[in-house]
Amino acid sequence: MIYRETGNFVTNYLKDRDIFSMTFDKVVVILGLLYLFLWVPTTSEYFLSAHVIPILAVGLATVGLNILTGLTGQLSLGTAGFMCVGAFGTYNLMLRVPDGLMSLPVALLLSGIAAGFVGVVFGLPAIRIKGFYLLVSTLAAQYFVWWFFNSYAWFLNYESSGVVAIAPKFYDYWGLGNLLGVDMQGYPARYLLALTICIGLSYFAKNLLRSNTGRNFMSVRDRDIAASVMGISVPRAKLLAFFISCFYCGVAGGIYSFLYIGNVDLMIYGVDRSFTILFMLIIGGLGSISGSWLGAIFVYEFPIIFTFIGDFIFQGAFNTAVVENVSNMVYGIFIIALLIREPGGFAALWGTTKQKLRMWPYPH
Amino acid sequence: MGFDFVYLIEVVVGGLLSGVMYSLVAIGFVLIYKSSGIFNFAQGTMLLFASLTFVKMTENGIGFWTALFIASGIMVIVGVATEKFVMRPLANQDLLALFMATVGLATFQEGFAQFMWDSDVHGLQMNKFIDISLLDSNPIFISDYIPWLDLLIPRFDIFASLVAGTLIVVLAFFFQKTNTGMALRAVSDDHMAAMAVGIPLQKVWAIVWAVTGIIALVSGLLWAERVSVSFTLIEAVMKALPVILIGGLTSIPGAIIGGLVIGVGEKLGEIYLADLFGGQGIELWFAYFMALMFLVVRPQGMFGEKLIERV
Repeated sequence: MIYRETGNFVTNYLKDRDIFSMTFDKVVVILGLLYLFLWVPTTSEYFLSAHVIPILAVGLATVGLNILTGLTGQLSLGTAGFMCVGAFGTYNLMLRVPDGLMSLPVALLLSGIAAGFVGVVFGLPAIRIKGFYLLVSTLAAQYFVWWFFNSYAWFLNYESSGVVAIAPKFYDYWGLGNLLGVDMQGYPARYLLALTICIGLSYFAKNLLRSNTGRNFMSVRDRDIAASVMGISVPRAKLLAFFISCFYCGVAGGIYSFLYIGNVDLMIYGVDRSFTILFMLIIGGLGSISGSWLGAIFVYEFPIIFTFIGDFIFQGAFNTAVVENVSNMVYGIFIIALLIREPGGFAALWGTTKQKLRMWPYPH
Repeated sequence: MGFDFVYLIEVVVGGLLSGVMYSLVAIGFVLIYKSSGIFNFAQGTMLLFASLTFVKMTENGIGFWTALFIASGIMVIVGVATEKFVMRPLANQDLLALFMATVGLATFQEGFAQFMWDSDVHGLQMNKFIDISLLDSNPIFISDYIPWLDLLIPRFDIFASLVAGTLIVVLAFFFQKTNTGMALRAVSDDHMAAMAVGIPLQKVWAIVWAVTGIIALVSGLLWAERVSVSFTLIEAVMKALPVILIGGLTSIPGAIIGGLVIGVGEKLGEIYLADLFGGQGIELWFAYFMALMFLVVRPQGMFGEKLIERV
């Protein structure tokens, strides 16, 4: 009975374009933001470090992939490669720029831009290659980037183990921590930085979706020839989509390495991660920003919760390999079932739920 | 330092032979894409499942031919079940959704294969089962060294390509000469027209998936001989991807030639270009790079259907 449009009158054009048109939605969003910014940082370090921050990182990458695949229709399996560029870029910016000039947020942004340009280079073939054939370009990006950082030890500062831990001084933020008396390397501070970036970029993505550029992207996705006939520059739209998408992935990679695991490690940016992020996108629903986040939460938490429940019921009667295999099976079945029942993913499910709520209790 | 011509030939032959292995995996892909437009990512886990099934049976004392027979039977069942429970309900959906469904299927099979059997690494020695002493009596194939050509070529590779060649010939015969094959070609040409003349579409799809299952078994065994039966078999898919894309997604000859091209190119690149890039391991991305260059020139691949686009 609460979820109603009744009483929400649109009185000017600006109001007509609100992201959240209902008062109820607005209240929920504001309460949600308050919860995320004020309450979540005070929860346990473990919860932040093992659940929330990684979800923020991969979710941001999912949003990025969404711009490329969901919005512009260019299938990509190079997401982890672009994340890798972001992570290594951030590390090298922090390491090589003299102390005091560079700060983590700036480095994240700059390495995101670097990842964007790498994306544009590997996106160039998209002007000619279409559909599944484009997989070859993004996979080339994935493998090439991986090989590149593996071969040139300079980028890891000649660390022989292949993993470099991030020095505490990188979390300095121009001495902001000392000024406020806050431990900037602690998880609450890391979380707040990641959250701010993620909310800002999600908001940008949401607005991109509703802008002229976003509509150009969508017309390229739906029918590129028709789009070009209408005067949209298809190559420009595709390359711009690659840039923005890879920018997001690069920032996400920086967040993943710097704010989550705390070291730069090549191994975690393999092609299987690209697949995981594609899963998040598909399960969440193509073309929906909130869907991407839901998908990221689901895919990330699924194995954890599954293992937890399995342990709880069987009390460790099975070894971890069995649990992992069964988890894979259930997960695979779930994906197929979801695609059969609701190919639009969580976003579509949410859409129908919302419609039902509005109509309730009279479904017609 | 003179240019070692014999070495070059050895490299090329080695590349061709490993290319045959890529082609085999690629053919499984192409068959399904051609007939139903599905980009079947689960091909790699089908390889794993098939070879695991086979290896576990032989480890439990079942003879080679019996095991091969039972494993093919199981793969046919797996293929048909996949068509019935996964692909049929998803018919007429978005291509991307179908692709993701096969990735989901791959996840499922990965868990299922290792759950049913185990996730250990199994060695697979074909020469335990197949008497290659026949080859010994042949003066050409006494060892890996072929004297009259002055070349060093692994005998197993030759054996593998013979098997692959036989399989390809059998498939070609099946497609060209039998009624079922004709139905398959009709379906891949035009679903609607095939249905209109009374070809049972779903039966044809089931057959395609079954055939793919058997191809997965054969290619799985050949790959397993090289890289052992384990999780790594799944990566065969990643090796086959540039092959099918270069060959054009819809063409079986394309898959074969694409495999050979990639096989040779990869080996040549590793040996003659690796120095340029100051490191090893360029075969990791070189195949993709080659495919990319090729596709930029010819976006539909070697023998792919030329896209005629209208609004």
